[in-house]
Amino acid sequence: MAFSLPALPYAMDALEPYISAATLGFHHGKHHQAYVNNVNNLIQGTPFEQATLEEIILKSDGGIFNNGAQVFNHTFYFEQFSPEGCREPKGALKEAIERDFGSTEEFTAQFNKAAATLFGSGWAWLVINPEGKLEIVQTSNAGCPLRDGKKPLLTCDVWEHAYYLDKQNLRPRYIEDFWKVIDWKIISERYDTLIK
Amino acid sequence: MSFELPKLPYAYTALEPYIDARTMEIHHTKHHGGYTANLNNALQGSAWEGRSIEEILQSAGAISPAVRNNGGGFYNHNLYWEILTPGGSREPEGVLLDAIRESFGSVAALKEAFTKAAVTRFGSGWAWLLLHDNKLVVSSTPNQDNPLMDVAEVKGKPILGIDVWEHAYYLNYQNRRPDYVEAFWNLINWDEVAGKLKG
Repeated sequence: MAFSLPALPYAMDALEPYISAATLGFHHGKHHQAYVNNVNNLIQGTPFEQATLEEIILKSDGGIFNNGAQVFNHTFYFEQFSPEGCREPKGALKEAIERDFGSTEEFTAQFNKAAATLFGSGWAWLVINPEGKLEIVQTSNAGCPLRDGKKPLLTCDVWEHAYYLDKQNLRPRYIEDFWKVIDWKIISERYDTLIK
Repeated sequence: MSFELPKLPYAYTALEPYIDARTMEIHHTKHHGGYTANLNNALQGSAWEGRSIEEILQSAGAISPAVRNNGGGFYNHNLYWEILTPGGSREPEGVLLDAIRESFGSVAALKEAFTKAAVTRFGSGWAWLLLHDNKLVVSSTPNQDNPLMDVAEVKGKPILGIDVWEHAYYLNYQNRRPDYVEAFWNLINWDEVAGKLKG
């Protein structure tokens, strides 16, 4: 089964000035597209030829894992933004955040730290762990929490390509602006679906 | 004794058009400067304070992640600036050329192996030409690791290295890492590489 690049659910300039059209253009049109092309080429003639992305993430290694997981991670990342969205957690998710982190502020501080301190390329995630609790995790390179039995809710790409054209070495400024385009309605829907 | 960010032996504009001045300045002052400051902070009051950077990195498996990451970042960038020069210096010659021929067959074969290592390193890291068991070999390492480290897959003395963190090329080349690696060959200071092989 060949994978295809999902279209962005908003215009290329919709997240400006927080994430520029140039950054999104390369990130989606070049990086995400390359991961799609690479995984499609790599799975040919392997046991993963008919696999879903989730199966690839759980069972593959090397290039197939790296490219397959990056297809999933980027789709998950791009789908959580909107130009006009809900900028604060609400409802059941808000309650879960307060239950597991104490407050939204404390959650944000811990998430920012995880995103800022991941050394090299990788991702910071808010996940539901197998015990049903919310947790913040870091993954290196293409790492994906699904591999560890954790369900992702929210992610911040901290590969330099996610922010270098806009913020250069200032990763913390990218993380600060990241929150300005996160749509918590989408994160809440993910949470509500997963805890059903 | 604390480590100091070295001055570059050429202007920030000197490597254009292959590496632009803005990339050079941010890379040197912010990234390399950051590793240097963070290394000094991480070493303060530790048992490793006052040791040479080589000695520290050789014990990478035993030191804190902060010292390993920032110490690697400090050393690797020092080497990177040293092996670059405006316009490049001729081609490998003398003892270095002999060693390259003996290990790879030709300079072209070395370039091919090194380019492959640089282009295929997934995520952030470095590709290296190093002296390993009296032979030149090519390897790559993740993040700010390097061949001096006891944790490196291929250990030895690095004599040439390319930074393939995206910060090294993104303003110039964006996603096109292969173009950056190709441009890099126009900037090699082969005299310096030969000196590292001898020294």
